Amino acid sequence: MSDTILEAQRAPTGIRSLSMQQALNAALSDAMALDPRVLVFGEDVGALGGVFRVTDALQSRFGESRVFDTPLAESGIIGTAVGLAMAGWRPVPEIQFDGFAFPAFDQIVCQLARMNYRSRGALPMPVTVRVPSFGGIRAPEHHGESLEAYFAHVPGLKVVSPSNPHQAYHLLRYAIAEPDPVIFLEPKARYWNPGEVTQEPGALEGAVIARPGRHATLVAWGAMVARCCQVAELAAEDGVELEVLDLRWLKPIDEPALAESIGRTGRAVIVHEAPLSGGLGGELAALISQLCFGRLKAPVERVTGFDVPYPAGDLEDEHIPDVDRILFGVRRVLEYGRG
Amino acid sequence: MTTPMPDPSGAPVDDDLLRRAYALMVVTRALDTSAVTWQRQGLLPAYPPLRGQEAAQVGSVLGADLTSDLLFPTYRELGVAVAADVDLVGYFGNHLGHWNGGLYDPVASRLAPIQAVVGGSVLHAVGWALGRALDGENGVAVAYLGDGASSQGDVHEAMNFAAVLEAPVVFFVQNNRWALSVPLHRQVAGESVAARAGGYGIPGLVVDGDDVAAVYRAMRTAVEHARATRQPVVLEAMTYRRGPHATSDDPGRYRSLADEATAGADPIDRLRDRLTASGAADESWFADVDTDATGRIDALHAVLVASSPRPGADLFEHVFVHPTPQLTAQHARWREESDRV
Repeated sequence: MSDTILEAQRAPTGIRSLSMQQALNAALSDAMALDPRVLVFGEDVGALGGVFRVTDALQSRFGESRVFDTPLAESGIIGTAVGLAMAGWRPVPEIQFDGFAFPAFDQIVCQLARMNYRSRGALPMPVTVRVPSFGGIRAPEHHGESLEAYFAHVPGLKVVSPSNPHQAYHLLRYAIAEPDPVIFLEPKARYWNPGEVTQEPGALEGAVIARPGRHATLVAWGAMVARCCQVAELAAEDGVELEVLDLRWLKPIDEPALAESIGRTGRAVIVHEAPLSGGLGGELAALISQLCFGRLKAPVERVTGFDVPYPAGDLEDEHIPDVDRILFGVRRVLEYGRG
Repeated sequence: MTTPMPDPSGAPVDDDLLRRAYALMVVTRALDTSAVTWQRQGLLPAYPPLRGQEAAQVGSVLGADLTSDLLFPTYRELGVAVAADVDLVGYFGNHLGHWNGGLYDPVASRLAPIQAVVGGSVLHAVGWALGRALDGENGVAVAYLGDGASSQGDVHEAMNFAAVLEAPVVFFVQNNRWALSVPLHRQVAGESVAARAGGYGIPGLVVDGDDVAAVYRAMRTAVEHARATRQPVVLEAMTYRRGPHATSDDPGRYRSLADEATAGADPIDRLRDRLTASGAADESWFADVDTDATGRIDALHAVLVASSPRPGADLFEHVFVHPTPQLTAQHARWREESDRV
């Protein structure tokens, strides 16, 4: 990333305490103020300000040409974004909920992800698709899905998920400035948790260590980062020092960060909300075994959602990895080989 | 509310335009016929002929303004490429298997990359047209689709989005009566796609797609209406796919010669008869057109035959503007292991 973008990307108003939802709103507002080519559109993003108010007041600030409601059709939203990018705009469409990305799957996978390739660079796609994602808020069916494995599999797409307000602000600014299409997965369970957003973005590519430790590494993203930090807090009471690696970018995955952390701790527990089979944990386990084979003290563990359709609110807490299940996973890697 | 569109029958068509259309249709037909032969000879892996749709395709391009408008093709739009004067070596890059999407410059050519999802590019036309309108420019997007594509949800979404968001798009439907092997009545119960336009609150127009003058007039009127009002238009050119769906197809399995006879008179013959009857062209002029077409195709053939397969490194370029470390590593590994480096 160029220094100019870094300079422009500094949060303009210094240190603020914001919820993630407010931080995302500020990022959109600042990005639109900086770059007149940025457009925000989707279902209910205008007068309502989005069902999560992430686009709150953007329409009144930037006008109905740059912030507009679309008809209720996700394929239409993404296909229109592709055409707007062809006309030189920088679209930031919103898919209202994770489960409604599927009607747009063809436009994302076959069109958005390929247009730069198909046109041999003549028609780049600087499109950021914002998707309120993952579970944890007792929402109806199709409002708690994890999409990262689907989209990380697609050549031409990048996938990122912030875990706190500071990252939400700066990663969204970064994603919007990116010349490639980015699927931006917002952990809706963390929308209302406050945190400090500082002016300096810090590193925006790759993973970050959310909490240092030396006995095992918990690898997580989105809402699972805070939960893993909670686990690490509890484990520390028993003298177990867990490192929490916040992956952030699910494509590209930060391989040096995995190698450094797990090479040091020798044990890895991957935590994600998505079902186990075919989940991103499998890709991570393969990378960890390749990068850290000689230094692993235990097989890589995965603590994930079960291979079931995302359940209704009553059973949500049984499905999403909780503190106890993650601690069991930690125990398995710590006790491996002790008989 | 639908703004009334002027009656296209008043749009002027002069002899120069008709002669130009005829020459483009002859080149298209000759090239289309040759492409089928080239596929049989092994030069092209596959090819989807447009035989019978020359008037619709050429007339539609002549009715647009390529200084401002952008055409969004499907995979069966050779006549559009010829009429828009697209670099045909680049265009055939798609059919040669050199590059999916073609190797012509889509921006300079005013022709978006060829893409093969039926109905997939129709929404892009909407977004592009909206984008030009937001810029205060007066570009109109021409979305090419067929009766088969009209069944796709994306086409409905595109017509609805264009109408609601006021995107100046002409949805140019070549109703060629066949969606691969499925006849029109099994695809569109009302047998007209333009009939749906009223439901979107936009003008819809059906035209004889084998009459190039009628197509030109209707297209010109539709494009100017969209440009002036930002209101999209559905323009349906009724035509007939006289060839197979593609070189791998076997129409004998799903349609008879009697079915094919319902296609009516050939669009090129119709135009030739008209030019002859009006005295706008004579035998020697027609002969010159044929000679020019043959020369052009021979020259193109020589270039296509001599064209080399794309270098292996093409695999890795343009996946991203900023490639991922993983892709860079895969590229490096490929350079070490492949004999096509």
